Amino acid sequence: MADAAFGAGSVPGDPRPPMDLSGKRNRAVSEHMIKWVLTACAIFTLLTTVGIIVILVYESLEFFGEVPVRDFLFGNEWTALFPAQASFGVLPLVRGTVIIAFISACVSIPLGLAGAIYLSEYAGDRSRSILKPTLEILAGIPTIVYGFFALKFITPNLIQPILDVGVFNGLAAGIAVGIMTLPLVASLSEDALRAVPMSLREAAYGLGGTKFETAVRVVLPAAISGVIASFILAISRAIGETMIVALAAGSRPAGQGTAGDWNPTESMQTMTGFIAQAFSGDVSRGTPQFYSLFGVGLLLFLMTLGMNILSHSIARRFREEYQ
Amino acid sequence: MSVHAEVDRVNQAASTPSIRWDPKISARRTVGRIWQGLFFGATAMAIVLLGMLLWSIIQPGWSWLSWHLITDMPSRNAENAGFNSAIWGSIWIVIGSAIFSFFVGVGTAIYLEEYAPRNRYTRFLQTNISNLAGVPSVVYGLLGLVFFVQWLNLGRSISAGALTMGLLILPVIVISSQEAIRSVPLGLRQAAYGVGATRWQTVRSHVLPSAMPGILTGMILSMSRAIGETAPLIVVGASSLVLSNPSGPLSSYTAMPVQIFNWSSRPQREFEHLAAAAIIVLLIILLSMNALAILLRQKLTNKDRM
Repeated sequence: MADAAFGAGSVPGDPRPPMDLSGKRNRAVSEHMIKWVLTACAIFTLLTTVGIIVILVYESLEFFGEVPVRDFLFGNEWTALFPAQASFGVLPLVRGTVIIAFISACVSIPLGLAGAIYLSEYAGDRSRSILKPTLEILAGIPTIVYGFFALKFITPNLIQPILDVGVFNGLAAGIAVGIMTLPLVASLSEDALRAVPMSLREAAYGLGGTKFETAVRVVLPAAISGVIASFILAISRAIGETMIVALAAGSRPAGQGTAGDWNPTESMQTMTGFIAQAFSGDVSRGTPQFYSLFGVGLLLFLMTLGMNILSHSIARRFREEYQ
Repeated sequence: MSVHAEVDRVNQAASTPSIRWDPKISARRTVGRIWQGLFFGATAMAIVLLGMLLWSIIQPGWSWLSWHLITDMPSRNAENAGFNSAIWGSIWIVIGSAIFSFFVGVGTAIYLEEYAPRNRYTRFLQTNISNLAGVPSVVYGLLGLVFFVQWLNLGRSISAGALTMGLLILPVIVISSQEAIRSVPLGLRQAAYGVGATRWQTVRSHVLPSAMPGILTGMILSMSRAIGETAPLIVVGASSLVLSNPSGPLSSYTAMPVQIFNWSSRPQREFEHLAAAAIIVLLIILLSMNALAILLRQKLTNKDRM
């Protein structure tokens, strides 16, 4: 090959035909085809988003034809699965989602942030080599397993000895969701803390700061946008989490009928929990119940999308600071 | 002006004998040590939580672990119930979704890293992919329900499940493949261009082979995500009592996590043991997949160095 590249056919008596180095015809055609195929792949990912939006909007238009948007968004009674007296006010589901996301944040944010500070500022190689894989294993465990953990361990062994709660309660589900999102907070915050230039720490030590003062009053403020981005992402993940709440949080919408019931020890259904419950039973196509799933799905999609975009834009601002 | 004022203020403060600079260093060190203990405790909490999680599964599940769990079909009777159709269903789902999303995912990654111009359309594509990665899995289920189950008329078949799962893992594959391609040194590409290779020849014979370990690792990790996902399969119609293994792309199916969900949500004690034993099987499969990913990465990286 190397021989051919350097002037095949130019040597007198060489039987080989001269090599075509023009690089025009066939090569150009196949190059173009490949480029178009690859572009099509990239456009396919865009079409997935378009598909999600079109389908959610299209199917929920059917729903909003029967239930006015205002009744859906501000109604305080959700009895979608009782066809005789179905009432589609989404607030109880949103309340359940918010309570569980809040409890999960109370677990994942302090533990995750403290873990990130420890891993980035204190940990030596040996404790890192134990702690990092532990967090990775926690991150890789399927959510259904966390659901089992919440229902069969957290509720009977950790909560019921202290509080008077039923089999299904928002507290156990929220704690399990928090444990599930803890590795996300820890690893993203640790990345943000590690990206802070060493010179900032050295300057703080030079001014007489202790290790703790340097970590918390210099490094953490410098990395704050990355850290906050990780919090938002964890909350968004908690809002979209389905199987834990479907197993452990119960199927009665939070504070049904009575406005302002935020008690976390109650059984509560979230937006995702409603979707899972409806499909594990039988929901017939073409009924308002069926279309209401897409109304709830659309609201869920918009909430998580908004939080993800917010998180990314906060994180991007941080990256620009140090590059 | 303000600098001078500041200097004056500091000088005044220094010359005033009543203000003594006191670093209180030992007290501050003590505070620091307490916080260090708290940080360590919070981090060690992760180990405690993982231990409790594993204990809560192994304790009820271990004694129920047996071969018939793997070889038998599900049953309404917990003692005889097995996991066979769920294991095969999961295998079909994972392989189907991996085939579907490997080519599209790697193709997208190649386009974004090697071909796409650096403009706002490309940035938009990139943002779109990271947003797709954050869409709740149950929403993918709704997409699959309308698009694959209804519009493409696949029904509640295993191919509808696999395609839905393929869409779900697609952004994960794109992002990990992009990272693998990005880590290939620029010199490799320049050398290929230097001897007259076209862009595709460069990508096919040089960039892809050296990015392959990273791409495959990401692939296996996204497949282990697909094995554990439950919500989208429930939405696109995985049934919980399937007494035969999938025989073709249109057969009905169940999957490991769906079966675990079904067993866990029953109130009887026996089904709790059964679910725990099934979770042990699932975790062993996941663990071996992750070990495979690590081995593969090491093996391919070593071969590359030679």
